[in-house]
Amino acid sequence: MKHLVSVADLTREAAIAILDTSLEMSEVNDRDIKKLPTLRGKTVVNLFFEDSTRTRISFEVAAKRLSADVINFAAKGSSVSKGESLKDTAQTLEAIGADAVVIRHHASGAAHMLANSGWVKGSVINAGDGTHEHPTQALLDAFTLRSAIHTDARGKGLDGVSVAIVGDIAHSRVARSNLVLLKQLGAKVYLVGPPTLLPNALVKRADGFSYSLDEAISTFKLDAVMMLRVQLERMTAGFFPSEREYARIWGLNADRLALLGSETFVMHPGPMNRGLEIDAAAADSKNSLVLKQVANGVSVRMAVLYHLLSGGENE
Amino acid sequence: MQSRTVLTSSDIDRAVTRISHEILESNQGSQDLVILGIPTRGAILAKRIVDTIAKFESIDTDAVLGTLDITMHRDDLASKPTRNPAKTVIPAGGLDGKVVVLVDDVLFSGRTIRAALDALGDYGRPSAVRLAVLIDRGHRELPIRADFVGKNLPTSRDERIRVLLTESDTENEVVIEA
Repeated sequence: MKHLVSVADLTREAAIAILDTSLEMSEVNDRDIKKLPTLRGKTVVNLFFEDSTRTRISFEVAAKRLSADVINFAAKGSSVSKGESLKDTAQTLEAIGADAVVIRHHASGAAHMLANSGWVKGSVINAGDGTHEHPTQALLDAFTLRSAIHTDARGKGLDGVSVAIVGDIAHSRVARSNLVLLKQLGAKVYLVGPPTLLPNALVKRADGFSYSLDEAISTFKLDAVMMLRVQLERMTAGFFPSEREYARIWGLNADRLALLGSETFVMHPGPMNRGLEIDAAAADSKNSLVLKQVANGVSVRMAVLYHLLSGGENE
Repeated sequence: MQSRTVLTSSDIDRAVTRISHEILESNQGSQDLVILGIPTRGAILAKRIVDTIAKFESIDTDAVLGTLDITMHRDDLASKPTRNPAKTVIPAGGLDGKVVVLVDDVLFSGRTIRAALDALGDYGRPSAVRLAVLIDRGHRELPIRADFVGKNLPTSRDERIRVLLTESDTENEVVIEA
């Protein structure tokens, strides 16, 4: 495996191998000396054209814990603001010898472009491209869910586990990546959201859908609900009447949490709009995996870097 | 391809029993002893050694037995296909001040053990580190030797040693293939 642009590139076996490696990496993150020599001498560039806290920091920590050198590149304050193109930026990175480029870009397909254009020789890791995909988020969600469900998760998938993805499906790269990966791992995926934000193309690939969270909770026997952030920066049209109405119909509040029961896990990719798609009772409940998701981000990204950057001619 | 059995099932059992006694003898008992197997087959042998020791000494198996995965410390990661790391289990007492016996199936170039010594450093500071192997086949590339050896087996570089253990391979024997 050379690049990670889309979760669709991962077979079930490859995905499980990454999740199993993540398990070993999380052990490293629990011990006193959180460092492995594995990627010594490799250079990883974080190329971020869009704001990010969690993803950028966890990629940086992941690369450093594997002893790689890390260069952080934010579009703000670089020559990009002088009008430099993606191609020229990429070629600059190639000239300094980047072994992997972690790219986040506001345009869907930017990571694919970088991986297939020949501008860079190193591995390309998609850290979110527009409304297309966010593969490492899907992997860490799958990892978190798998560890929550199985006591000994090694080698296992998510067979028979049912997950509802709730909210702005249309603009969510997290939803797109999760839909593909969770299904690849054997889970049943349901999409829930306002009709204006549920694209037909994705609904067709899901195991079911609903326009109402209450209906979804009573119809599907859910093992997890994955709440999506309402991306106010992408709300360019009147997709729903008001934020208050959204919170009332699609928000996860204490009442709905009670309906879900104690066996259902609550997930959110962050950052959370508390009071909008999720309220404090749900976000801080004992079934909430939100903080585990953040913690697992580092382990999963270490595993991804390891799988892409180790391995020689046979790959 | 020719293959020939060099250790039978009972040879392996005798070697494991002897190594177990040698470990106890050199350590003058089982105090402060930690036995770490290197996955996959080293871990199986380590378990057998600890089970053997448990017949003679009163030990808490969980406090003595562990596994040490060395994948992330290998020096050939860039030239070989990606390997999936295995599990590392360090006994709850930690490694500081303990006598650690590393267990592997075959000692060849010594590079696995070099990686294991590096990996050990991340978990603590043992008072001593010893090495037990079922087969020493020579051809060392590093200044490393084993303290406890099941069988010294002079080989040529082209030959392949396959250690088969019931727990992972259904058979229980050591085969040499040329």
